[in-house]
Amino acid sequence: MNLPATDDQLQSLQAGDYVYLSGTVYTARDAAHARMKEALDQNQDLPFPLKGSAVYYMGPTPAREGRVIGSAGPTTASRMDRYTPRLLDLGLKIMIGKGRRSKEVADAIVRNKAVYFAAVGGAGALLSKCIVKSDVIAYEDLGTEAVRKMELKDFPAIVVMDTEGRNLYDTAKETYCTLDRQE
Amino acid sequence: MDSLKRRKYMRTIQSEEITRNIKEMCMEANYRLAPDMEKAIADGAEREESPLGREILQSLGENLTTAWEEQIPICQDTGMAVVFLEIGQDVHIEGAFLEDAVNEGVRQGYTEGYLRKSVVRDPIIRENTKDNTPAVIHEKITEGDKIRITVAPKGFGSENMSRVFMLKPADGLDGVRKAVLTAVCEAGPNACPPVVVGVGIGGTFEKCASMAKEALLREAGSHSDIPYVKELEEELLQDINRSGIGPVGLGGTTTALAVNINTYPTHIAGLPVGVNICCHVNRHSVRVL
Repeated sequence: MNLPATDDQLQSLQAGDYVYLSGTVYTARDAAHARMKEALDQNQDLPFPLKGSAVYYMGPTPAREGRVIGSAGPTTASRMDRYTPRLLDLGLKIMIGKGRRSKEVADAIVRNKAVYFAAVGGAGALLSKCIVKSDVIAYEDLGTEAVRKMELKDFPAIVVMDTEGRNLYDTAKETYCTLDRQE
Repeated sequence: MDSLKRRKYMRTIQSEEITRNIKEMCMEANYRLAPDMEKAIADGAEREESPLGREILQSLGENLTTAWEEQIPICQDTGMAVVFLEIGQDVHIEGAFLEDAVNEGVRQGYTEGYLRKSVVRDPIIRENTKDNTPAVIHEKITEGDKIRITVAPKGFGSENMSRVFMLKPADGLDGVRKAVLTAVCEAGPNACPPVVVGVGIGGTFEKCASMAKEALLREAGSHSDIPYVKELEEELLQDINRSGIGPVGLGGTTTALAVNINTYPTHIAGLPVGVNICCHVNRHSVRVL
């Protein structure tokens, strides 16, 4: 799937779909989100246009000479949960990260017909090879936490939360759980 | 005569040697996992019942190969440096102050090794220290004239899911089991399963946590010498793998690769339990100087 994605494409996705993403994403994690919240509160511009955008929660290792980026796997998305519903309401459409999201984020995803993808946590070296361009566009002083505009090519991601409110983290576990309820 | 004898047996180690080794170990640990961990992931991939889970475990194996061959850190979270120093009491360290020597090694390793600078100076103000120092250093005095150094960079996806439970003595083995399962199941996908679980039972609030971290250093598949503890390790591993959480929490039968438990004497009124969760990128490098 190409990014930015159309609303139809997003709505056609279902929790559990394995998708190869190509196109533009922006990286932002804890510190950048805190600054973006400040910017919104002060009516200032955000580092990138939010409407229809995709955010990858990630802070890379430094790139060796001649390389686009260092190791670049996902960080735990729930740390950004308190900032996310507002960004979704303002047009954010795709998030790539790992780990569960809060109920508020889940509701905002459905309300705004957005999608949350998981990238494989810990596969930082492999995933870095699916990033063909990366430029720091804001908050350079944050180092690894700066906002980067990146071009992905065939980046493997799994739909965890779709526009209809399905959640793969809940359903997949049920399939393989053989523990008794009271354990 | 006695004092002459003592001086004769003191062995001097230069602080620069410590710095150089720590630098190398920081880099080593982030580019290559120890063979027991690599094998545990490969074995997991073979046994995994979920097709998606199996594919994920195979990618994790592929990731390890790519990381080493192309010199890209295994995971982008190259961790906060946790350094264990077991210092023989007949050692004398010459040169810089030991802690400074360790931090200089971390600084050099994280800079020269293209590793991420993931440490903030103050936990509330949060300005990045830009060199991944300071490390968290655990020192222990042992017998002899060597220094055994372990560098175990710790990623915080899993660290954030770790817990301490101050149980009551009456809670017993069952209480311990429930505590560990609670910690791992509530962590779910967030700790990047399959995880390695370090458990510390006994001691005090900080001792049980510290034992839990030390337990992560043990070779995957090795067990406690104490029979009931060994049994608990095996039982917990099975139970965790029945939770269904699976590789990166997307369902399956491989949620944990190992459960390692340490115990220590404790107070008559207490049963402290520390659960330190580590993801599948369980990194450590060990050298003896």
